[in-house]
Amino acid sequence: MPELVPNRRTLPASAWIGQLLLYALFALVIGVFSRWPVYQHLASDQALIKISFTHTGKPAGDCRAQSAAELAKLPPNMRAPTKCPRERSPVSIEVDVDGVAAVRRTAPPSGLSRDGASAVYQRLVVAAGEQRIAVRLNDDARRPGPTYQREAIVKLAPAQVLVIDFDAEKGGITLQ
Amino acid sequence: MSPTADAQSLAQRWWRRVEHGFDAAFGAPLNPLRQLGTLGFLSFWLLGVSGIYLYAVLDTSASGAYRSIVDMSQSQPWLGGLLRSLHRYAADAFVILMALHLLREWLHGHYRGVRRYSWLTGVPPVVLVFASAIGGFWLHWDQLGQYSAIATAEWLDALPLLATPLARNFLSVDAVSDRLFSLFVFMHLGVPLLLLFALWFHIQRLTRAAVWPPQPLSAGLLGTLLLLAIVAPVTSHAPADLATVPQALRLDWLLLFIHPLTEAVSPAAAWALVGGGLLSLFALPFLPQPTRVPVAVVDPANCNGCRRCFADCPFAAITMVPHPNQKVGKQMAQVDTDLCAACGICVGACPSSTPFRTTAELVTGIDLPSSPVSALRQQMQRGLSALPAAKPIIVFGCDHGAAVAPLAGPDVAALSLVCTGQLPPSFVEYALRDGAAGVLVSGCKAGGCEFRLGARWTEERLLGLREPHLRAQVPRERLEVAWADAGEEASLHRALERLRERVRGLQATTDPEPKVSHA
Repeated sequence: MPELVPNRRTLPASAWIGQLLLYALFALVIGVFSRWPVYQHLASDQALIKISFTHTGKPAGDCRAQSAAELAKLPPNMRAPTKCPRERSPVSIEVDVDGVAAVRRTAPPSGLSRDGASAVYQRLVVAAGEQRIAVRLNDDARRPGPTYQREAIVKLAPAQVLVIDFDAEKGGITLQ
Repeated sequence: MSPTADAQSLAQRWWRRVEHGFDAAFGAPLNPLRQLGTLGFLSFWLLGVSGIYLYAVLDTSASGAYRSIVDMSQSQPWLGGLLRSLHRYAADAFVILMALHLLREWLHGHYRGVRRYSWLTGVPPVVLVFASAIGGFWLHWDQLGQYSAIATAEWLDALPLLATPLARNFLSVDAVSDRLFSLFVFMHLGVPLLLLFALWFHIQRLTRAAVWPPQPLSAGLLGTLLLLAIVAPVTSHAPADLATVPQALRLDWLLLFIHPLTEAVSPAAAWALVGGGLLSLFALPFLPQPTRVPVAVVDPANCNGCRRCFADCPFAAITMVPHPNQKVGKQMAQVDTDLCAACGICVGACPSSTPFRTTAELVTGIDLPSSPVSALRQQMQRGLSALPAAKPIIVFGCDHGAAVAPLAGPDVAALSLVCTGQLPPSFVEYALRDGAAGVLVSGCKAGGCEFRLGARWTEERLLGLREPHLRAQVPRERLEVAWADAGEEASLHRALERLRERVRGLQATTDPEPKVSHA
């Protein structure tokens, strides 16, 4: 009657060679595919522009004075003379590279009441070298046209990352 | 048959061929393709052990992590460097073994019926394995880690979950603070712990679930990974630099394939692919299934509470409850119908299943309504009495192993059971006393039993190592056991020939006289 776990010494030499080959194949698969083929994430003559900001737009509408009747309906501690809308403007951004429109994005305000910040993150692969970058941003729905804009000539080295961000404290659009 | 079922059946045949090829090299009991789950567990243990050391050496700050790993690899190549490479290669092995395990279980239809739970609890670990593996690359904080962290953040940002994109955390060098790096470390420790918990769930409904492969296989896997770590040690890329984009990367395609895939399609398409794949895995058990076979039924009058079925059930479907006869301390088996696979292994374990019982009707303590033990005795008796040969042979096989029906002939009666484990060993003695010159018992190969433990219990019972055992006085030269999978009918034929040859040479005086009476 055969044993459930036979003595391994009963295996013929060819079986041991087979085992070695199979272990070697397993190692080969791991050894090779853990590093090969080399992945070219970005071509050697390219650079990357990241357009990213998180910015709270201006209120979506104008504040208005409340009438005496409206104020009378409110509790005494809430009788503010003017009422401003809670909702914020969407923030739109336009980026041109060498005069060509590269990015057109409008980010809605976050939050259930649409009173949060608008956020954008977008990658833009460009050729390395000198580029004329034009950025226009509008964060006020009541005003047509850009509320901020910036133009610059940048020289991008291969693989360099240029971040286009927005920081009101630093004057608006930043290139870093 | 549907096209999907056809494809599954074809793939299953191919898988069996490969598995039989591995049998030739490793021997059936040590065939790694039948030990994929345990080998996966071993990879996980290796990851744990090597990971503990690496964590002790790692500088968990954004500025110091890269240096600490490179220094470790250079200053202690035979400890830290080796463990680092082992850690990576064990992760690669884990993913390959997991994929093969999933494929094998799918091909064998192990996603339905009682196995639904194990299948469903096996899906989340797939996600957790990749989550912890990908997070591990970030800790190096080299260019590959930088690429993976940013690619993961960008991919997650495609989901409308967060108001602020995660990828903004990697806009500049200053953005990656020690605090963020602590989060990476926490993830790479926390997710594997979750994985351990998920794997514990995964094997909950299996009796005697193995989490260690047989020693020779453990040594084989460990030796292979160590050798690979020595021959091709894992090295770091250049340190991460958020002012530049990593260009050429030695990507670990086994663990990080999702990043190039996302770039090749789109983040949304990659989510659709991953989500669709996971949903399909979750949905499989709920698709229309073959009708379930009635589960085992306990007969209180014949159950003496011996607990053998409780000990032998591979799916923990049996519990012991107070016996309705209200005798103090007396117990009775109870079958959980949701867990019962209707394999009949409990029937083979029941001491009341002996065919020698003289009751008017053979009723055992626990039985399968679809193929009761009384019907098995009847079939055997009829088969034997219908054989014209002088030295008839009885073959007991199983529905999932090599087909026994083609063996039937003038001197052979073949009986196929749901699982060989359903065979009470006393049936062998009964057959010999009832006029059989020899008995051939067949079943799935070791590690390949459709019901996990049927072949193992059968062999232990026949060897006298497990109750109920085959009595010592039964002449062993009249018994042949052959473990053969579907598609290996030739080896069954050879076993039958061996048995024929043996019983042909036995003296007539040694032949047992018929000592049983038929009802």
